[in-house]
Amino acid sequence: MQFHEAKLDNGLQVIAELNPQVHSVAMGFFVRAGSRDETSEVAGVSHFLEHMAFKGNEKHTAEDVNRIFDEVGAKYNASTSEEVTLFYGAILPEYLDKTFELLAGLIFPSLRQDDFDMEKNVILEEIGMYDDQPSFSAYEQIMKTHFAGHPLSRSILGSNDSISALTSEQMRQYHKDHYLSGNITLAVAGNTDWDEVMQLANQWCGNWPSGCFERPTHEAQPTGGVDLLSKDASQMQHIMQMCPAPSAKDVRRFAAEILTVIVGDDGGSRLYWDLVDPGIVEAAELGFNEYDGSGTFLTYMCAEPDTTVENLERIHAIYEDVNKNGVSQVELDQAKNKVASRVVLKSERPMGRLSSLGGNWVYRQEYRTVKDDLETLRSISLNDISELLEAYPLAWTTTAGVGPLAALQS
Amino acid sequence: MKEQNIQVHSFKNGLTLVAEPMPSMQSAAFSLLVPSGSIHDPQGKNGSAAILCDMITRGAGDRDSIQLSNDMDNLGLQRSENVGCNHVSFSGAALAENLTTALDFYGDILRRPHLPDEEFDPTRLGIEQSLRAAEDEPRQKIMVELRRRSFESPWGLPSDGDLQDLPNISIDTVRDHYNRCFRPNGTIMGVAGNFDFDELKDVVGNLFGDWESKDDPTYETGSRGPSVDNIEHDSVQTHIGISYNAVPVVDPDYYAAWAAVGVLSGGMSSRLFTEVRENRGLCYAISAALNSLPHEGRILCYAGTSSDRAQETLDVTLQELIRLGEDIDEATGAGIQQSELDRCKARAKSSLVMQQESTFSRASSIARDWYFLGRVRTLNEVHQKIEALTVESVLEYVQKYPAEDFTILTIGPQPLEVNVAVS
Repeated sequence: MQFHEAKLDNGLQVIAELNPQVHSVAMGFFVRAGSRDETSEVAGVSHFLEHMAFKGNEKHTAEDVNRIFDEVGAKYNASTSEEVTLFYGAILPEYLDKTFELLAGLIFPSLRQDDFDMEKNVILEEIGMYDDQPSFSAYEQIMKTHFAGHPLSRSILGSNDSISALTSEQMRQYHKDHYLSGNITLAVAGNTDWDEVMQLANQWCGNWPSGCFERPTHEAQPTGGVDLLSKDASQMQHIMQMCPAPSAKDVRRFAAEILTVIVGDDGGSRLYWDLVDPGIVEAAELGFNEYDGSGTFLTYMCAEPDTTVENLERIHAIYEDVNKNGVSQVELDQAKNKVASRVVLKSERPMGRLSSLGGNWVYRQEYRTVKDDLETLRSISLNDISELLEAYPLAWTTTAGVGPLAALQS
Repeated sequence: MKEQNIQVHSFKNGLTLVAEPMPSMQSAAFSLLVPSGSIHDPQGKNGSAAILCDMITRGAGDRDSIQLSNDMDNLGLQRSENVGCNHVSFSGAALAENLTTALDFYGDILRRPHLPDEEFDPTRLGIEQSLRAAEDEPRQKIMVELRRRSFESPWGLPSDGDLQDLPNISIDTVRDHYNRCFRPNGTIMGVAGNFDFDELKDVVGNLFGDWESKDDPTYETGSRGPSVDNIEHDSVQTHIGISYNAVPVVDPDYYAAWAAVGVLSGGMSSRLFTEVRENRGLCYAISAALNSLPHEGRILCYAGTSSDRAQETLDVTLQELIRLGEDIDEATGAGIQQSELDRCKARAKSSLVMQQESTFSRASSIARDWYFLGRVRTLNEVHQKIEALTVESVLEYVQKYPAEDFTILTIGPQPLEVNVAVS
């Protein structure tokens, strides 16, 4: 395994972890732009732009893009989060040059008006699709309420209204402001060589505009609240609760990650044994999400509507116990064993390495090997967990939900 | 593609071990298929396999439920249990040096589960809530209900169970399901990763060699659901499910069927994606997939769209399915194009090569091959079969198994009009 990094003259960061043992190569452009970088007038533009990228440029039409990716058998796609738009593909090494050209072409699309008008329909359909998924609606609700007044409150998809009103001119301006070389990381993982990566990067990305977009990353200070979206026809009540947690640059994030495995993994955790195993609720999980400057512990529960309040109380009792008494060495060791195995298994495929390779660089300008991750994991102590809980106790600052309940009363 | 080393050992009691040593990997993965799936649910008790599948890890051998779970977690074993119509399946992956210890657990789980009284109610309640939660997810629900209408009973019945049948199931139903169905004959264990086959064979022999075989359980067959149906639901979108006849994995035409579905729905340049989403903007999600039972195959399609555009989506989708069978005419560009088939071949090659990077994919793939074919296809064999396809052979298949006699189900505020023949 060999790591390389370089910066093009325009500021584009290139990183690669090369491994001649594997059969494929994965590459991705991590653009530091997402819903938190938008204004209300263009809500949803980052994600819509991600779709428009596949509509091609002066050289390739939309049909060409889809066709050529399939011709080389690429496993490719894109995703948009609150903070990063990612364009990626995994291919056999012999198709790296063709795939590189196409993926690089996505970053500077033509944004043709007729494509824009047609794709708008698809985005509105995607919004409709997620509206039919209660757990997704609950996530949108809780981000909006928990981060009220902070850029992280912005919906990734936008709304029917914001998307309908969005113009291609607004999208063009957003693209011009955010798709700057200093804002983009190209990550490559797998079986290829560094000289070829650099040659392709210079060829296809060398003329991109330089510059960088700075986002405000102050830590959110959520005031909390309850926001329930009432859906009478729902069979179950979907509840999310959120509280602050370490941010992406905070070293306590490792402890936060392991704490959520102990307390709220989907199997073998405290929430699992207390609520899911006895069949009291359909799901009860605790997760950790890290962002630029902020972080969250996210609780998800799906339960019979009339048991919602009492089951939330059960979860809160667990949190209070953890805040007061911490966790045991046995629990910590078990969680470490679980996570270590996940880390190694995920790393066997280039696609699995790509996300941590890119993520570490985009958030922390840092390269970490699988071995580094395992060593950090092994070093986490009960003391680290106590210190974490001291600063970021498990709590239920904000509540959102989708289901029959209009209010949470016991 | 590298030559693979596929090893098979059939134990006297009918259990088959199929293994693929992959010495360059750090991990090992397994896929255990026990022929005890939901087709063996007693009539009116749909869900007994699902409850068994959940209960069976709640204590086995010398360990109670918590000990078993803790010990498996401590080993770093990533695992899942699933119920399908044919099998209750157990899959897992771990660092290669932990494979033997991991399989030990499954000796207990398969042969010495506790199935205790006190775990029955919690399990049934958990399943009941999962089924109710699925009612809130029309996109999930439509595929379950489309299968019910597409395949004869018991294959079409929901593997996860039926809400209305749950009250009829007792702990005795579940224990009886275990006693009738869990057996070595017909059980397949696929293992792939970094291990020595002879050692593995001994480990599996020690764990399962003296498991006594049983007669195969019987099941009753019945009809399938209505061919055109709408389930009224207060959803934002109308969810559309379509199915029609195809061939099963054992059929010599299977590769051609695979390519036909690839032309329709493999990749973003495929016909359904291009015509329904890209050119008309009618939906976000649209797909078609080949679904095989041992004796029957069908193509199952899904599209989700706003209710006011649902009729157009259904009409255009059906039209595309039917158009696949039109004759090739180079002058007008009609029919399946060489370039469409070439793209299917390229995607297949890349998937096959990338399978070699995952012990988990190889373990499940070799177990599945053994179940359907009684042998394991090498990646090279599959590659050659796909390379040998021509537009003529794919078209011949499509015309032999045309898109007709559809089963059509919608979930949404209003039913749609079906303007073609249905089964």
